[in-house]
Amino acid sequence: MNADRITEKLNILADAAKYDVSCSSSGSKRKNENKGLGNASNGICHTYTEDGRCVSLLKILLTNHCIFDCAYCVSRKSNDIKRAAFTVQEVVDLTINFYRRNYIEGLFLSSGIFHNADYTMERLVRIAKKLRTEHKFNGYIHLKSIPGASDELMREAGLYADRLSVNLEMPTEEGLKLLAPEKNRQDMIQPMDFLKKEIIQRTEEKALFRKAPQFAPAGQSTQVIIGATPETDKQILYTANHFYKNFNLKRVYYSGYVPVLSDSRLPALNTSVPMVRENRLYQADWLMRNYGFHVNEIVNQEHPHLDLDIDPKLGWALRNLQVFPIDINKADLQLILRVPGIGVQSAQKIVSARQFGKLDWDQLKSIGVSLNRAKYFITCNSRNFERRDLTGTAIKQYILSQSQSKYLKTSTTQLNLF
Amino acid sequence: MTTLIYDGSFEGLLTAVYEIYERKICQIKIQKEKWLSTALFEDVLQIHTDTQKASRVLKALQQKISAAGLQRLYAAHTAGLEGEDVMLIGYIRYVFDSPQNVEEDYGNKYVLRLSEIVRKVRREKHRMEAFVRFQKLEDETFYAAIEPDFNVVPLLSKHFKDRYTDQKWIIYDLRRNYGIYYNLHDVEYITLDFSVNNPSNVISAYTEDEGLYQHLWQNYFKSVNITARKNTKLHMRHIPKRYWRYLTEKF
Repeated sequence: MNADRITEKLNILADAAKYDVSCSSSGSKRKNENKGLGNASNGICHTYTEDGRCVSLLKILLTNHCIFDCAYCVSRKSNDIKRAAFTVQEVVDLTINFYRRNYIEGLFLSSGIFHNADYTMERLVRIAKKLRTEHKFNGYIHLKSIPGASDELMREAGLYADRLSVNLEMPTEEGLKLLAPEKNRQDMIQPMDFLKKEIIQRTEEKALFRKAPQFAPAGQSTQVIIGATPETDKQILYTANHFYKNFNLKRVYYSGYVPVLSDSRLPALNTSVPMVRENRLYQADWLMRNYGFHVNEIVNQEHPHLDLDIDPKLGWALRNLQVFPIDINKADLQLILRVPGIGVQSAQKIVSARQFGKLDWDQLKSIGVSLNRAKYFITCNSRNFERRDLTGTAIKQYILSQSQSKYLKTSTTQLNLF
Repeated sequence: MTTLIYDGSFEGLLTAVYEIYERKICQIKIQKEKWLSTALFEDVLQIHTDTQKASRVLKALQQKISAAGLQRLYAAHTAGLEGEDVMLIGYIRYVFDSPQNVEEDYGNKYVLRLSEIVRKVRREKHRMEAFVRFQKLEDETFYAAIEPDFNVVPLLSKHFKDRYTDQKWIIYDLRRNYGIYYNLHDVEYITLDFSVNNPSNVISAYTEDEGLYQHLWQNYFKSVNITARKNTKLHMRHIPKRYWRYLTEKF
């Protein structure tokens, strides 16, 4: 292997792949049963980049040559950049050698589209197949499904990969038409729909015959770019909800648009990355998946945008003060989960602990409840609780004045008297 | 106040519990032998680890808490956090003094403290599963040095054995000067001699391609960073500086 050449290729093709935010390596149960290399049973972040994102997988493009010209993408045809392509063997060697040194959990392979969808997809599948069959590799493999690829290839991909994903790219069809006129949404949805049905069928088979092969055990995910087109948070979250419900997606990723290209259809190059908005969308996504919130409780006709100052759970609580205060020693787990400042783990600990005796403020604090937010919404085994009839705005002011936001260095809602 | 001196083993800890009940001691401090300072103790009791006494306490514990609960207690003790033994004894006494199973009584300070210790230990174990960086030696053994905050090496062996079944590997805790070695069949505990004049020094030479893959990994690490999103605070929170010494990408 020529050291300089491979280094250059890796730099180009890792750089081009980094805007894909997914780096999850969990959700699969692939065991090392054949005395081979690796397993994919637990998500591990092996390191973190200087922007604070987890590095779990070797995330690369097979090539950044592409026949499409999507406005938001660095690899678009009309962009004057260095192009490169890995050979199948090079990707295999990199994956195996990185894995053996415990640098990574596996491979996330995507690609620019060359010739056509099937031609590209066939190469991706060939790499996964070689890793699994010739090298007995049981680490995590995430393959990108190329929009428009045939059902046959998708079926084969599912046999070797742990996770498959198609990026919707834009939250709405109009957005996609504007920025990627050559792509169409139906081409993206078709492989997703095929995989959904196939996964359901294979899971049923697996329940009947234990020996039946695994099929994409970590399911499907997708990604939408936010801030490149003018969608509201409501449109974005409704789209996410639609795909969670109808396509059994494991995750929807939100990628704040990083201005890398100058184009009249896009935000200007000096625009900052919408990181706070991205964070709020993830929080909202968590509320839908793990806290039992319905999407229209988080965003709706009256509130099409998430509040950037406060998290969406606090936002919901302030709009629904009639629900509170709740008694921590009596309320259902589902209701405790809705209290701002109480996470899933604390909520479960509260429910376990209160069987042994009523809990007071000190105990809640040591369990891990963030009292500076929760205290406005709960009562416990103590005569002290918030007795004033505060308005939502007042509570928000109190909370904001006590907390230091991770993102908002100079919060506009915070009054500065001196 | 009675100060108990014991040998640091889990059996020793259980023997101490036995003595506490036998002698009806209320207020205790507990120290490991090696820390014994010259200070004058008001009342010192030397615990002689006794297998029979320890196993009686263990049996009694098994009747009071679940197997997983016992595992957690054991892991918390093995991790060797300084000054926590008195909390562990407090926990065991609370278990014995309560009529029902109190494993989930997080309103109690001992139960909560044990769950905090276990969380810390689990996190350190998980960090090591992530931060171990193997280097390939000439004899095809993959070697990694670590310095974990707590004694978690025994907890690592299953994870790495399941994962790397077809390569020999060593994970060595330089701070506690012992490690685990997988010889393609079993995991064994080892101690290495790092002195320069030792000709059989294992860590003598790397394979030819080791440098190349380290270089590629460092390059990869740089390439995936998005400068427009730089967030040093978050980066440092995820990988505190004390771990950098052994991370290839941070060399």
